[in-house]
Amino acid sequence: MRRLLSDTLVVTERNLIRLPRAPELLLAFTFQPIMFVLLFRYVFGGAIRVPGISYAEFLLPGIVVQNIAFGGFVTALGLNEDMQKGLIDRFRSLPMSRAAVLAGRTSADLFTNAVAMAILVLTGLVIGFSFQTDVVHVVIGVVLALLFGYAFSWVFAFLGLLVKTPEAANSVGFIAVFPLTFISSAFVPGQTLPTPLRQFADVNPFTIVVNELRWLWTGQPSPDQLWQAFAWVAFILLVFAPLAVQRYRRTAGT
Amino acid sequence: MDGGTNSSAVSVAHAAPNPEAAISARGISRSFGEVRALANVDLDVARGTVLGLLGPNGAGKTTLVRILTTLLRPDSGTAQVAGLRIPGQEAKLRERIGLAGQFAAVDENLTGLENLTMVGRLYGSSRGAASARGRELLEQFGLVDAARRPVKTYSGGMRRRLDLAAALVAKPPVLFLDEPTTGLDPRSRLDLWDVIETLVSEGTTVLLTTQYLDEADRLADQIAVIDRGQVIAEGTSDELKDRVGGERLEVHLEDPAQAEAAVRALAPMCSDEPTCSDGLVRIGVAHRTGAIIEAVRRLDEADVGVDDIALRRPTLDDVFLALTGHAAEAEAQP
Ligand SMILES: Nc1ncnc2c1ncn2[C@@H]1O[C@H](COP(=O)(O)OP(=O)(O)OP(=O)(O)O)[C@@H](O)[C@H]1O
Ligand SMILES: [Mg+2]
Repeated sequence: MRRLLSDTLVVTERNLIRLPRAPELLLAFTFQPIMFVLLFRYVFGGAIRVPGISYAEFLLPGIVVQNIAFGGFVTALGLNEDMQKGLIDRFRSLPMSRAAVLAGRTSADLFTNAVAMAILVLTGLVIGFSFQTDVVHVVIGVVLALLFGYAFSWVFAFLGLLVKTPEAANSVGFIAVFPLTFISSAFVPGQTLPTPLRQFADVNPFTIVVNELRWLWTGQPSPDQLWQAFAWVAFILLVFAPLAVQRYRRTAGT
Repeated sequence: MDGGTNSSAVSVAHAAPNPEAAISARGISRSFGEVRALANVDLDVARGTVLGLLGPNGAGKTTLVRILTTLLRPDSGTAQVAGLRIPGQEAKLRERIGLAGQFAAVDENLTGLENLTMVGRLYGSSRGAASARGRELLEQFGLVDAARRPVKTYSGGMRRRLDLAAALVAKPPVLFLDEPTTGLDPRSRLDLWDVIETLVSEGTTVLLTTQYLDEADRLADQIAVIDRGQVIAEGTSDELKDRVGGERLEVHLEDPAQAEAAVRALAPMCSDEPTCSDGLVRIGVAHRTGAIIEAVRRLDEADVGVDDIALRRPTLDDVFLALTGHAAEAEAQP
């Protein structure tokens, strides 16, 4: 157990050191979110009417959740690259904790997600977002978002190990997660969607997490599903972490 | 220990690995779907020696290395490496082996020093100790100047050296090198050979795979030739060369018309069928000593004029072609 922690720390550190040296990734989690906020706020913002709240305030929690769910992309690409480059073999030949490779990878996401979220919120504050609740609610919101992102890192870990190339990881991840984020209440109020989509959106974990984050940060009434939001996080983790670990063992060819 | 591995392997398939050897494999088999990558491989590498695993593309070299380094589970068979069993003691075994795989496994976005420090820490060293060991290795492999550059700026040869350095971080008693010098320029190859020889002189046991016969010739105490997943010959480089018929005596005649007379004269000392073409007579001789003198005397007595006469040792290339050729024939028989 001590070995798991110290090895995880080493692998996390490795993943963080290399990040600034891969400029395309750095851009992906710094400028891209800012661009998204600005685009949505000023391109769609004028057209989308949300009762009782400004669009900036409506948008920010949605975009935070979308962005953080995609944060795990770095994990899919990173693991895939490690597999191609033989680094996974190197790790597997070392007397290190087996779980540390995946745990270190996803933990690194936790850190980059936190940075990306801070950038997003700061941008949000500039364009008219403001927290309407107390510190406790805001912090619970931050924790919820980070955990949700962490859970998705495991989804991406699984995808990254599943496919053969980083490009495939990219498109599979995009196809799997992008619709989920859009057919939800992240960018438009759920009621405006056509019925079949709305039915989907209503049970979509994104909708639930976004609604709760909105409630936690802006006080917008929500269907009181905070426990459901955390339950989704737990569910995704419980399903995908073992899947990823199993897949990790298998890719080894054993 | 020579030849006949195919037939003997079947009878010893369930034999236990030799505990005295640093690496000992018994009856190792592994298939990938339809492809039988390894079939009943037996192998022993004595402590402090180098085994050269020689074989063409797809022979199963990498598969064997991956099994012996715990990266891949064998379908059947057992092995003992550095005193630890496969299957069974993989976790402990990883502390005692170093692996430089066929393709350099280093992180492109880390510097050389960061790579080695990471590996050291994953072996359980503190950050300080790992970094000190990393510097020591960078020095040994002539990478000091590049220590603080990301590996993506390294040349292929530098990467290979860094990869080998990573395999040595924990000073493992048993080292696996999968085609360590593929892609290196001649100078780097020689340097790497020196490094390997130094390690062996300090007691390290090395299993190295290669497609270069000169590499096996120079480094390996024992050579195992592997083809289509089977060890088809084993021995020292000299023993293997002897197995393709010992020395070859080549006689260039003054007058090609005298070929028949020459063959008749040399017949008593031939160890196999002589071949002649264009005034060049080739015979196999059992013993090197005195062969030239005897040949000259016999030819002189028969009044055969000689331009040039020479003994040529078979190269490992001869061995390799002869052996892999045989293997294909042997397989067709029941
Ligand atoms: N993961 C795998 N999946 C399917 N087939 C494999 C796998 N690994 C190896 N093989 C097959 O097993 C056989 C032996 O491969 P191996 O890589 O051990 O050969 P090798 O001797 O190392 O060859 P090379 O000199 O080209 O490196 C080949 O036919 C190869 O295609
Ligand atoms: Mg190979």
